[in-house]
Amino acid sequence: MLDALRSRLFCQGFRTGKFPPAAPSLPDGFRGRPILSGGACPATCARCMETCPTGAIVMTEGKRPSLDTGKCLFCGKCAQICPEKAVSFSATEYRLGGFTREELIAVPEESYLPAIQKDEAIRKIAGRSLKIRQISAGGCAACELDFNVLNTLAWDMGRFGIQAVASPRHADAVLITGPVTHNMQLALQKCYDAMPHPCWVIACGSCAVSGGLYADAPTTARLPEGMHVDLFVPGCPPHPATLLEALLRFMGRTPEAQA
Amino acid sequence: MNLFSVIKNQTSIRRADLPRLSVEEFRQAVLDKVQSGSTRVMDFFAEGRTLYAVLGDANAHAFLLTSCEINQEYPSLTADAPAFHWFERELWEQNHIRPVGHPFLKPIRFSEGVPGVTNYFTPAGDNLHEVAVGPIHAGVIEPGHFRFQCLGETVLNLEIELGYQHRGIAAMLAGGPDRKTEFLIETAAGDTSAAAMTAYSMIAEALGMAPLPTAGALRLRRVAMELERIANHVGDLGALAGDVAFLPTASFCGRIRGEYLNMTASLCGNRFGRNLIRPGDRSGAVLDAKQAQKLIDWIARIKPELDNALTLLFDAPSALDRLENTGVVSTETARLLGGVGVAGRASALVLDARNDFPFATYRKIPRIEVGSGDVMARALVRRSELEESHKLLLEDLRAVENMTENVPDAPLKSPQPDSIAIGCVEAWRGELFHAALTDGQGKFSTYRIVDPSFHNWYLLSMALRGEEISNFPICNKSFNLSYCGHDL
Repeated sequence: MLDALRSRLFCQGFRTGKFPPAAPSLPDGFRGRPILSGGACPATCARCMETCPTGAIVMTEGKRPSLDTGKCLFCGKCAQICPEKAVSFSATEYRLGGFTREELIAVPEESYLPAIQKDEAIRKIAGRSLKIRQISAGGCAACELDFNVLNTLAWDMGRFGIQAVASPRHADAVLITGPVTHNMQLALQKCYDAMPHPCWVIACGSCAVSGGLYADAPTTARLPEGMHVDLFVPGCPPHPATLLEALLRFMGRTPEAQA
Repeated sequence: MNLFSVIKNQTSIRRADLPRLSVEEFRQAVLDKVQSGSTRVMDFFAEGRTLYAVLGDANAHAFLLTSCEINQEYPSLTADAPAFHWFERELWEQNHIRPVGHPFLKPIRFSEGVPGVTNYFTPAGDNLHEVAVGPIHAGVIEPGHFRFQCLGETVLNLEIELGYQHRGIAAMLAGGPDRKTEFLIETAAGDTSAAAMTAYSMIAEALGMAPLPTAGALRLRRVAMELERIANHVGDLGALAGDVAFLPTASFCGRIRGEYLNMTASLCGNRFGRNLIRPGDRSGAVLDAKQAQKLIDWIARIKPELDNALTLLFDAPSALDRLENTGVVSTETARLLGGVGVAGRASALVLDARNDFPFATYRKIPRIEVGSGDVMARALVRRSELEESHKLLLEDLRAVENMTENVPDAPLKSPQPDSIAIGCVEAWRGELFHAALTDGQGKFSTYRIVDPSFHNWYLLSMALRGEEISNFPICNKSFNLSYCGHDL
């Protein structure tokens, strides 16, 4: 007992991060929201599209690239390979979550401002307390681990009223990781059916958002009937700061007014 | 007549040079080797109607390969060498080949049918009861279905049904390599990305897709793999502490694990080492002297905090009492079932792919003198490996002069046709075995991934026999096996 106290006081200390409201500390080489340049690409060049493992980049009219962060693995290959330097990744814009699929698509010269929850009912019910039942449905364990990390003292999501719960009966939201395999579809359906309404669906990571690498796999099923996603969080896996920030915005809490 | 082709790690042979035995010769040759204890089963699979066996000979630092043609069925090996039992179930499920005489033939990942709906081992008796758990578990963890047959509090048998995570990775890898291949490998088990990419890179190099890596690139692989090992071992020890309600270590380790993930992220931008390792000298990382010094200083700061957190746990008799003599797997059981890695070493098996099939820059990892086979032993193996990993890591970082300056993707060449290549590494859970078979056009006709969990899931069942059901969480955590790495 005394040893534990001594450890806490003199060695381990207080380690909960200052984020939010302070900016999160992101690693060198962090790849955040893609930045696309507006100039039209040469008519014959499609190197980014040919390289992208998930088909996240497409050329819109006028040969301007657009990048779907919901499919993106953030490998950065497109940026590396583009001779025109038309694609790069922000080293600081970690706020990637969106309430619609459209918000996830980066286009040239956008003025990106992540949306805050407008739905009054969600703000009222979930604004100060969001209980989450996480379901891994073909996840590779990375999304799961980095959601778990929000529970550690370094991130301590509990201080915002966010908690992972065991029973779907106690949950406000289900957080799905993985592309939803056929073999997990029924379990996911049963879990969702057991949740009291209103309840919400969070798709965490590129697999859950779009199928990602596994979008075309014959083992990949769709979301069970009646489920539609209320919050999309891109990444492979999403950085803990990206996920936490998205959850807070979903609850209607701006990063500046967290406490 | 040669019964086996003998090849080293990270090399390939032509398919034509592989012995083709009769079923009887094949069976005898393989059983002789495995029963004598001189080799262990690395892989056992079929392509079409050809059976392949890959055995590992630790003394010769080599793999023994052989094959035979079969029809729909062949006499099962499991009764004579139990380490084949899971492989034969896989063979039956994936290739519809029947190992005749297998004691309990049923699917391992339910690529057809409904997962979990199968025969269960059901003892009869008035006072028995059955506890079914999952696929969805209480915590934030991958899905699997566990059935406990209990007499009062005592577990008579635990059956583990997996397959919920089945994403069809093997089918997607066949026909490659293509632009998805490297990413599929990295996400086969997302907590083992660096080790998996190292194994794939070794295969790519063995098949002539990329030049052999420079010393710098090899060092980077070891740095990435040891960081991965440290992060996961720290997380596991913290989680074990949490499961016995020893919260200080659980809390401290949860944060400290993140520090090591962030070290990996500081190299490549991703906490799980995605894009960090690539065949040849390609890499998504910058590791120069400045970066190395930054990591050395970082470790110097964190390591004492880790030691402090672990000392608290290992000095607390009340916590240790829960770990000792819990979930024992005997050496004999572990050997017969082909246990590997942390769990294997905890049951006094002498195996480590870093010693047995040398790769990258690994030389002689000291043997760990722990062998009681209980939860405590699995914890102590991790603690001791943490020390060794730090040593290797610092050795590498101090040797960094200048390396891997973000070499842009040089296109890979097409793999050498009609060949078989092997890449085996010691991932943090245990040995991770990759094998690629190429066709005449230089495409993968089969790409095998054998995760250490594939060998070890049944060990968890054995650990529960005679155990109180309330000890399941710490037993499970002490193995911490991968569901997706198994289900693929």
